[in-house]
Amino acid sequence: MTTRPRIAVVDYGAGNLVSIDQALRAVGAEVTVAHDGEGLRGVDGVIVPGVGAAAPAMSRLARHDLTDPLRAWIAADRPFLGICLGLQLLFDGSDEDGATTLGVVAGRTVRLVDAPTLPHIGWNQVERTRPHPLFEGIAPDADFYFVHSYAGAVDPAADEIVLATTDHGATFTSAVARGALAGVQFHPERSGDDGLRLLANFVDLVRAA
Amino acid sequence: MLRRRVIPCLDVADGRVVKGTNFVDLVDAGDPPELAERYAAEGADELVFLDITAAPERRGTLLDIVERTARRAFVPLTVGGGVRSVTDMRDVLRAGADKVSLNTAAVADPLLIARCAGRFGRQAVVVAIDARATVPGAWEVVVKGGRESTGLDAVAWAERAVDIGAGELLVTSIDRDGTGAGFDLELLRAITSRVGVPVIASGGAAGPADFVAAVRDGGADAVLAASIFHRGIHSIPAIKAAMAAAGLPVRLVPVPAA
Repeated sequence: MTTRPRIAVVDYGAGNLVSIDQALRAVGAEVTVAHDGEGLRGVDGVIVPGVGAAAPAMSRLARHDLTDPLRAWIAADRPFLGICLGLQLLFDGSDEDGATTLGVVAGRTVRLVDAPTLPHIGWNQVERTRPHPLFEGIAPDADFYFVHSYAGAVDPAADEIVLATTDHGATFTSAVARGALAGVQFHPERSGDDGLRLLANFVDLVRAA
Repeated sequence: MLRRRVIPCLDVADGRVVKGTNFVDLVDAGDPPELAERYAAEGADELVFLDITAAPERRGTLLDIVERTARRAFVPLTVGGGVRSVTDMRDVLRAGADKVSLNTAAVADPLLIARCAGRFGRQAVVVAIDARATVPGAWEVVVKGGRESTGLDAVAWAERAVDIGAGELLVTSIDRDGTGAGFDLELLRAITSRVGVPVIASGGAAGPADFVAAVRDGGADAVLAASIFHRGIHSIPAIKAAMAAAGLPVRLVPVPAA
């Protein structure tokens, strides 16, 4: 067991990695950047960050030989955290541009309905539907930072994966978890102390895996 | 429920905060990352750096301070001033910023908004609009810090910027900026009633009541101010407490130990 678990942050050209990299270091992880499938070798946990649309992200994952290694990683139930687009890519597909995505969580990424403003930008409450170690030590009414217009809608037949919801005109799923797989629609790396705590909790889960 | 944001703005030139601050307990209150960390700890919901460095060859200092800020302040950072191309934007984001704010360059070349949004997503593109009242109920866009008129109608430009790809608007009343006369609520209302993206109010804040009014009466999603924070006239927790007392949803953080 490593005391500083090695976490691969997947770089597929979808946004800056500085903040997630710095936040993970701040909570005691050793960070490597995975530019291709080889980058997942020998690491203890994987984070897929990113903002933007699904189709270009999926083609970049394919071009960087990351699609199958990521699917295999998740299928093996190894520690995984998807952030924002990294969560949306777990679903079957996205309404944003019709992309077929990884299909490891049943449901589709859909536009937020009844939103008073779009994009949904800012701090909002993340209401947990059940306890989970990812939110250990974080107050039930804690706020996290969001920036998105679409969110994954979990298939109602498989909604036991839902971990938290958030309201912006209507309620949407803001966190999921199943086994060692987790995903959050908000940005823990931009959510102050509560965000750092969530990342520290993920690092603990990686360490314990 | 989405929280209304309070955003301190730091004017930066040659890597230094231009208007000094009164925080006697900071080692170097002129160092943007140190001040940014201080504001983040106090509950700033985001931070804005407005780079007013005159010489383009000294822009490297900005990237350096963005990177140093990203290492210690884990809240969103927007950088404005001097972003004139997709390449400029890429450099700023790579250094650790989350968004850029486009102003004069977007007025000169509106499709810059589309190119930036196309490459990095509209959520990363803030269009800053400096507006000056012309006749009652009408405002024109001014650029270069208010020194140059454009003849563009501010509300029409706001709508167009959103159509092209702006994910947020930062609306500054040049008439009110630095006066402490309160935000131009009519200007804010004119724009927030016409666009669906979040609007950040700027220019004229004097006290907590102005922040409340910008949100409640102006329809703003967020409120930006500079000197009242830098001069220590009002603290971020005090502003947020007043907003909460007025029934507005805000993110309250534990006050750091003195």
